[in-house]
Amino acid sequence: MVTLTFPTWMEPYRALATGKVSRDQWQALMRQLLWPVLGIGLFLLLWQFAAQRIDTSLGQFPGPAQVWEQAGNLVSEHQQSREREVAFYERQEKYIAARLQQQPDWEPVTRDYTGAPTFFDQIGTSLITVMSGFLLASMIAIPLGIVIGLSSTVHAAVNPLVQLFKPVSPLAWLPLVTMVVSALYVSDDPMVSKSFLTSMFTVSLCCLWPTLMNTAVGVTSVSQDLTNVSRVLRLNALSHVRKIVLPSALPMMFTGLRLSLGIAWMVLIAAEMLAQNPGLGKFVWDEFQNGSSQSLGRIMVAVIVIGLIGFLLDRLMLMLQRALVWDKASAQR
Amino acid sequence: MKALLELSNVGMQFDTPKGSFEALKDVNLKIADGEFVSLIGHSGCGKSTVLNIVAGLLHSTDGGVILDKQEVTEPGPERAVVFQNHSLLPWLTSFENVELAVKQVFKKTKSRAEIRDWVEHNLELVHMAHAMHKKPDEISGGMKQRVGIARALAMQPQVLLMDEPFGALDALTRAHLQDSLMEIHAQLGTTVIMITHDVDEAVLLSDRIVMMTNGPSATIGEILDVKVPRPRDRLALADDPTFVRCRQQVLQFLYEKQRKVEPLPKRTDAETGAVRKRA
Repeated sequence: MVTLTFPTWMEPYRALATGKVSRDQWQALMRQLLWPVLGIGLFLLLWQFAAQRIDTSLGQFPGPAQVWEQAGNLVSEHQQSREREVAFYERQEKYIAARLQQQPDWEPVTRDYTGAPTFFDQIGTSLITVMSGFLLASMIAIPLGIVIGLSSTVHAAVNPLVQLFKPVSPLAWLPLVTMVVSALYVSDDPMVSKSFLTSMFTVSLCCLWPTLMNTAVGVTSVSQDLTNVSRVLRLNALSHVRKIVLPSALPMMFTGLRLSLGIAWMVLIAAEMLAQNPGLGKFVWDEFQNGSSQSLGRIMVAVIVIGLIGFLLDRLMLMLQRALVWDKASAQR
Repeated sequence: MKALLELSNVGMQFDTPKGSFEALKDVNLKIADGEFVSLIGHSGCGKSTVLNIVAGLLHSTDGGVILDKQEVTEPGPERAVVFQNHSLLPWLTSFENVELAVKQVFKKTKSRAEIRDWVEHNLELVHMAHAMHKKPDEISGGMKQRVGIARALAMQPQVLLMDEPFGALDALTRAHLQDSLMEIHAQLGTTVIMITHDVDEAVLLSDRIVMMTNGPSATIGEILDVKVPRPRDRLALADDPTFVRCRQQVLQFLYEKQRKVEPLPKRTDAETGAVRKRA
């Protein structure tokens, strides 16, 4: 049976629409709507106030209004670029058709459109890069974490290394990764660019650790009672891991994955700046190098977008966690 | 009496930071097929240790346990355990919890349909057929314990080991579960060893009550035959002279002969017989 109900957080709005709002619901409304809106408003005011007092070599620091304007510019630039692209392909098709008419044995040559990536293209690149790096890291960290959690010997052997590499900043890894990628990834017809690989590996190296540690802890803390059940049932080592250990460790594992994805996104921006991978990081860097009067406003747009995407990625992981993890209490926030 | 299960000279020493601690000494017990035996004693007297040794979760440092002519060396489904806190896997439904055990024990001998029927049959036996597809979080403590019993019974054990199975339940639920357990025992004739703190429970359910002395070096103090005919009815038994006498004897043992000496020593893992993580 399916019943349509409002999610609990929507209840106060429904009540507001019908005009019957209880005391608790007023409080919920204030908490969900009023205080956040006031907070953001206050922040905008402070920002505006402070921005007017900062003069940089690139002009005045952008306030909310200028940033909003630049956001509009970025959107329209994107639209113009798309129009140019469409026009380019139309022209090419017409040209080919015309030439084929005159010269039927001619082999047509098609060319790709080569306009500079727009802000939105760069967001796409960043998302692909961060997800690749995150997936690679998870593929390494989860199995390794399970092994570390299961064996105190492996734990003792690996732990010093983990503690040593965990705090390393992406900036320290990057030159090494760049050189290794350049040396090993040699191909005449590369599938992906070197800058993509460099950024991806740097992201992986930096975001590996929370998943690794949390998986290991999750595996170690499997309840003694459940282990006893497994022993009485004489589950073999593989079934024991599959049926008892993995499901028990799943909530912790997800906590680690969420932390890892957060770190991955943060690291990515720095990695892209230095590796010149055509993503948001490069956008920020290019604008900084460009140094026009609009640059700071455009960078500020990027900052806000980076924050929003990071937030959305976290929510996405949380939704995934809620869908997959049996322990609903572990996925509350 | 032909013994199905025999404990001979079982002793247990735990290594503690303060040196060796002797939890059990010279435990000798023979249990016949189909018998219902309770172990009773004050906390820390090593009841759980005895049960864990029979289960194979602990290895005795002296003596040994023989079940059906075979020495017990490791845990196994022929000695199914009902744990005090139910120990159901929280991510599986009741059905799946029982199914896990059934698949493990009968995967070579039963077909898929037979496995399903057997799981359902055992859940019906404990009156849990209506909540088969609920997860442990969605059912009450008593219901969880019923599923735990179904899981153990579904393994068709030679001995059913119960570690204070109803200790964490309220009195009414406990009475219900005791009645269910008597019913099942009458129906299946399973051999049961049950640990309990509850004198009434011990007398109501058991054929024999094994009373343990206080530790350290705990051992069997007295064994009481409960010669009350079955089926037993808890209301009728309240005034039954045999029942009342048995009850008194257990109480006397616990509160006169083996009165717990105050102040209570600080309990450690070793003394309560908790099974530590396998290396």
